[in-house]
Parts: sequence; structure tokens; C-alpha cells
Amino acid sequence: MANPHIAKHPEYDYDTVRLFCLATIVWGVVGMAVGVLIAAQMVWPVLNTPWEWFHFGRLRPLHTNAVIFAFGGSALMATSYYVVQRTCQAPLFSPFLSKFTFWGWQTVIVAAAITLPLGLTTTHEYAELEWPIDILIALVWIAYAVNFIGTIAKRKPNHIYVANWFFMAFILAVAILHIFNSIQYPVTLWKSYYVPSGAIDAMIQWWYGHNAVGFYLTAGFLGMMYYFVPKQAERPIYSYRLSIVHFWALIAIYMWAGAHHLHFSALPDWAQSLSMVFSLILLFPSWGGMINGIMTLSGAWDKLRTDPILKFLVVSLSFYGLATFEGPMMSIKTVNAMSHATDWTVGHVHSGALGWVAMITFGAMYHLIPIMYGRKQGQMYSVALINLHFWLATIGTVLYIASMWVNGLMQGLMWRAVNEDGTLTYTFVEALEASMPGYIVRTIGGALFLAGMLVMAWNVWCTTQGRTRAEEDPAKLDPVLDAEADAIAPARG
Amino acid sequence: MDMNDLRALSTVLMFLTFLGIIFWTVIGGPDRFRDDANLPFADDDHDESEPKQEKSS
Repeated sequence: MANPHIAKHPEYDYDTVRLFCLATIVWGVVGMAVGVLIAAQMVWPVLNTPWEWFHFGRLRPLHTNAVIFAFGGSALMATSYYVVQRTCQAPLFSPFLSKFTFWGWQTVIVAAAITLPLGLTTTHEYAELEWPIDILIALVWIAYAVNFIGTIAKRKPNHIYVANWFFMAFILAVAILHIFNSIQYPVTLWKSYYVPSGAIDAMIQWWYGHNAVGFYLTAGFLGMMYYFVPKQAERPIYSYRLSIVHFWALIAIYMWAGAHHLHFSALPDWAQSLSMVFSLILLFPSWGGMINGIMTLSGAWDKLRTDPILKFLVVSLSFYGLATFEGPMMSIKTVNAMSHATDWTVGHVHSGALGWVAMITFGAMYHLIPIMYGRKQGQMYSVALINLHFWLATIGTVLYIASMWVNGLMQGLMWRAVNEDGTLTYTFVEALEASMPGYIVRTIGGALFLAGMLVMAWNVWCTTQGRTRAEEDPAKLDPVLDAEADAIAPARG
Repeated sequence: MDMNDLRALSTVLMFLTFLGIIFWTVIGGPDRFRDDANLPFADDDHDESEPKQEKSS
């Protein structure tokens, strides 16, 4: 690349970090666009088209894989490789492994984008990729683990900063989860069968599936949070002690919660109830992280008025708190009896995925990408466009999760309604028809979120070209802030 | 002593370990982790990322 604006660091490897940053933006646009398409297919079934490759059932796993593993994975690798170098004051362990993790991971993503529309799938949710790709994932992940932990081994400070603890937990747990949930008999190149079967297969699958949420989408992104929130707020984390305690609590408790995906199934009853208890206890370590992040701004709340990057980071923590309260509630068996298999679950996932995972990523990327192009942290092409993105993303997320709450509660109540003679009050199609307004609102919310992602892509592109948009101070641009300032000023005397 | 006693014992030991971690974070007073918490700012002088433009906004 002959871009003259690229920053070379004399000691650290910024090249790999920058490539992962750019991959994050590209896969964010792709993954979210597929999401909006399949949301639209729920409203207009004609969009399924005569070609099977574009049917909802084939594109849905493409969407989840693209946003979780391509967008989220690239973001986690970008930030973990950056944070570990900065906080260990050492370059990445091996330049070869750094390059290998980048190109290996991109190969996995491209292979997923080809095989999933072709209908090649193991059918295990979030583990759909067939065995040859699973082997490549395992190789890339082990290289990632060696490179990350090797960098920590070379650190200059004696202490390992808490963000690296979260990243290490994420990397090690995902390696174990992926390998044990991929034990398959290959039949042909693109067909395999799992070695465990029945309820044991289901238990292993949701041990994998929920710990992917716990260690990939939670611990990994908390690692991001523990570096970028203090750095952007320019003050250390609220309580380092709390960060240590809630780290170990989170790590110890998450492993047993997965079975709450299998309430009222053939799984033994004790395992279902145990998963509910562990899910309820999880509220405490989860909120420990949220409180620690938000309270870091204590005494500096005014920064939120002018810094949209900090707004992204703090609002993501609010959605994290919301989703980690909602999750334990939904794991209660009586609540789950109504919420299971409804749109409520879809809404819950997206309050975590859009509100927490994507928003903390946006905040971290807006902080990090300018550094990769020789600028100060957060010095993007346009601050006003970050602010526009913030509002598009926030309104989009709220529309998405609110419409799914309404749909989920309604579906749960309609499905369980029975007449006096014991027959069902509503047919499935009646519940589906009643869900239509929710599906339309969800598509609008998703489209707004995607529009925000496109604004970000434009902002990043201009930043990589070394451009700066002529803008006034954002505090003066905002008429609401001005009005508020006027209203507050006399009261202060 | 059968397998289930070992399982119960491992849970108790895990919990005691957790209490030990809490104790470990509390001893040493409020400034115990001050330098550790400031690690994200410790290498700011390493930072090459000087602004190329005067102002971004």
C-alpha cells in the first residue's frame, strides 16, 4: 500500500492492527447489509427470489457468521493486538504469526461466505462451518493464542493489565469451545456428523454457544472496554480492584449457564435448573463490569457533551447492562416458557450485539483508526459524522429491540392461549400476521443502523486519505446543547 | 468417598479460592493498584502518532 498517511511505529506492529481495523469496517458493512436483507425478507417474502442461495435459511447463518466472526472477530483481533503491545510496551511476539492470523482469518470468512449460501452447513448454530474450515479456524486460533501470550511474556511492566486478562480468557476459552464442539466424523469433503448425539450433542452445542456469548462477545469486548474507555476518558478505570474480582467471578460462573437454551428439552431437569441459577448469579459479575466502565466517567460527565466517541463507549455499557439484566430474567424457567423461540430472543441478542458489541467497537475504532494513520487518538475526518453515526445507531437499536419485545410477548401469549375445550385459540399463521408491524419496524431500525455503518465507512475512508473536514466546535454546533447551556446558566448565577 | 464428594469438594475449593482473590485485592490499601490501573497511559511517550493536521474539528 502506497498510502503516505500510514503511521509506522518504530517499535510496535501497527500494520497488522491497521489491516484488522479496515477488515472490521468492510465486514461490518457486509454483515449488517445481509442482516437488513433478511429482515426485509420477513416483511416481503418475494425477496427470497427463485435462487436458493439467497433464501432466508441460507443467508441467516451468513449474517450471524459475518457480524460475529468477521466484524466482531476482526475488531477483537485489531484491538487485542493493539492493546497488548501498548500495555506490555513490547511489539507483537511474531511478525509471521501476526500476518498468518490476519490472512488465515480472512480466508475463513471468505470460505464461510461461499459455503453457507451453497447450503453446506453442520446445522449447529454459530458453528455452521464444515470440518475443513473448522480445522483452519483451530490453526488460526492457536497461532493467535501463541502470538498474544508470547507478547505478554515479553512485557516490560511486571503487572499484566486487566484488559489483557480479559483478552486471554477470551482467546483460551474460544479455543477450547471451538475444538470440543467440532469433534466430527468427516464423511466427504463438505459433509460430517458430530460424534456425540442426542441430548449430549445439544448440551455440548449450547455449552459452546452460550460461552461464545460469554467469552467472545462479553470477555473479549470487556477487554476492549478496559483499555479504550479509560484512554478516551483520559482517566484510569474507576476501580481496578473491582475489575479483578468481577473478572474471576465472570470466568468461574459462565461455564454452566449454557443449558438455559435447552429449558423443557430432553436435557436432565437438574442441568436445566442449575443453568438457571448460574445465569441469575451472572448478573453480579456482569454489572460489575458495567458499573466499573460507566463510573470511570464519574467527575467528568461533561466530556459526554462534546465527545461522540465517549458517547458510543458509555451507551454501549448501558446496553450491556440492559442485556445482562434481561438475559438472567429470560433464563428463569417460567419466563422462558413464554419467551422461548419468540422474537424476544432475537431482540435480546440484538440489544447485546448492536447495543453493546457493535457500539463499543465503533467507539474503539474511532479512537484507534486515526492513530493508525498518524493522527491523535479520535482525530477522525469528521466529528460531526461520528455524532450522526451515534444517533443513527442508537435510534436503530432502540427501534429494533422495542419491536422485538412487542412481537415476542405477543407471540408467547398467542401461542399459549387455549380455549375452554383445550384447543389452541390462535393458529401459528395468526400470530405471524400479528407480528408484521414489528417486522417492518425492525427492518427500519436495522436500516438505520446500517446507514450509520455506511457513514462510518465514509468517515474512515476520508481519514485514511489524510483529510480533515472543516467543522465548528461540536459543542457550538448543537442547538440543544446551546439551549440547555442557556437554561442552566442563570440558575448557576 | 465417591466421585460426588470430590465434585462437592472442588466447588468448595473454588469458592474459597474466590474469597482468597477478594482478600488479595483488598489487602494493601486503596493505592495498591494505582500504578497498574495507569498502565494504559504509561507508554504515551512511545506514541508516534503526532497530528499531521492542525485541527480535526
